[in-house]
Amino acid sequence: MSVTTEDVRRIARLARIAEPTERLEALTQELNGILTWIEQLDEVDTDNVEPMTTPVKFPLPQREDKITDGGIRDDVLANAPKSEEGFFVVPKSVE
Amino acid sequence: MSDLLSLSLADVTAKLKAREVSATELAETALNAAEASQPALNAFCAFDRDLTMTMAKASDAKLAKGEGGLLEGAPLAIKDLFAVKGVETTASSNILKGFKPRYESTVTEKMWAEGGVFLAKTSMDEFAMGSSNKTACTGHVVSPWKAEGSDKGLTPGGSSGGSAAAVSADLCFGATGTDTGGSIRQPAAFTGTVGAKGTYGRCSRWGAVAFASSLDHPGPIAKTVKDSAILMQAMAGHDPKESTSLPNDVPDFVAACGRSVKGLKIGVAKEYRVDGMPEEIDALWQQGIDWLKAAGCEIVDVTLPHTKYALPTYYIINPAEASSNLARYDGMRFGQRVEGADLTDTYEKTRGQGFGAEVQRRILMGTYVLSAGYYDAYYLKALKVRRRILEDFENAFGQVDAILTPSTPSAAFALDAEFTDPIQMYLNDVFTVTANIAGIPAISVPAGLDASGLPLGLQVITKALDEETMFAVGAALEDSAGFTAKPKKWW
Repeated sequence: MSVTTEDVRRIARLARIAEPTERLEALTQELNGILTWIEQLDEVDTDNVEPMTTPVKFPLPQREDKITDGGIRDDVLANAPKSEEGFFVVPKSVE
Repeated sequence: MSDLLSLSLADVTAKLKAREVSATELAETALNAAEASQPALNAFCAFDRDLTMTMAKASDAKLAKGEGGLLEGAPLAIKDLFAVKGVETTASSNILKGFKPRYESTVTEKMWAEGGVFLAKTSMDEFAMGSSNKTACTGHVVSPWKAEGSDKGLTPGGSSGGSAAAVSADLCFGATGTDTGGSIRQPAAFTGTVGAKGTYGRCSRWGAVAFASSLDHPGPIAKTVKDSAILMQAMAGHDPKESTSLPNDVPDFVAACGRSVKGLKIGVAKEYRVDGMPEEIDALWQQGIDWLKAAGCEIVDVTLPHTKYALPTYYIINPAEASSNLARYDGMRFGQRVEGADLTDTYEKTRGQGFGAEVQRRILMGTYVLSAGYYDAYYLKALKVRRRILEDFENAFGQVDAILTPSTPSAAFALDAEFTDPIQMYLNDVFTVTANIAGIPAISVPAGLDASGLPLGLQVITKALDEETMFAVGAALEDSAGFTAKPKKWW
């Protein structure tokens, strides 16, 4: 499988990254190089193999559903690019 | 004073305890040396002199009372991936410029609880994506090492290149790193230092900037195997804040360094003999085999047949996880924002300008392999091959106690080396990436020099939860190698 510059434009849009048009050609070539290289995985017989999402062998720990944190509004806002009166300030997202 | 900096962590903490030197004097000396090295090596990206001196004073107070932890009073460098409260933490990316966490990573918190003194943050490949340290937003780190008869700048390796350079140049007594595909062990091998990672989950990832969560392993870079064990002892342990943190008790890693290796079975896999590998790497590997034989180990041929698929598997899983993790950098809650015409435009401009080329490439690749229609062919396939690679190790560890391999396929390359495509850079991790895929312990120990006088490392891999054998075999290699070479000071 390989990607076209149009695919790369679409992927960049999905990933919310502005890629200048003049970068698309090079990116397409790079991604296709990597995709061709990873195609060798097709040689591996993976029938009836369980996918491995993590090396962890114990079940995810559970804890009581109660609040253990909070009251740190100023800490949460401290690194915001923009904040006002205890709120994040963001561009309008609802018309 | 400055020759104090060449001591190992174990030796300097003994001197501190004996009150032959104070933590404040030592911190002052280390800070001055670190700052003076900056124009040449550029290993550090943030200092906080007040914090360093406050911590050093606190150590002196404890030491005066005959108290103190494992690391008491020793200045240590912290990879810029770990949140240190109040100190700029950027993962060497422009998108996090100015970010000062209001919290402390679990690993550094544990180190400070053992009396470690914060020296500085170390530079890295942006978001830990790389093997050369060339993608850091603060410019590349230069290795303290030079090839004989050449003045060319060399890479310290990556992504924990700043940490490796700082340890190698005796600017600190140890450093943290993170290893997702080899990012501790490859720079350690390139700089003549020891780099180790434990079992997945041994050291908490909480408060470390997330890259590829199922592959990320925090760990130490140190001057000796024992120092690396002391550091991992301090860094490791269960963290209720991290769901993949191992609940197991932490064994005595330091004691393990002194264990006999007599009678251990050491596996050697032919799959690690790759095409185009320099003869001196092969020779060093054979030397390592001979050393362990002489120490009473039995050498056993093992097979790890899926080794060649490890890197392509990694370059699906790693970008997939990275693209998900890095979705949080949207310019809204923290980090840099570049204002656009509307919300989407703001996201796109923020991420287009904030991320460097390799980070963008990985996010795009990850987004693609996770997208509808490609998920099964790439991502799911990779997860299945990942299990095959794990099974290879499980089979091998049915026969042997540890596996010995070279750490890297070459010595450090020049900073101006041209790579025609990204895959060439990826190949640096060919021997290290398998241990991340399987989530098992691995250490790189400096074992010799190549023809141009540059360090080469040997790697020891063990089964999950058996860091003790890793440290024991690592220490045996270190004893046999008697590696004492140091970079000649030019910085």
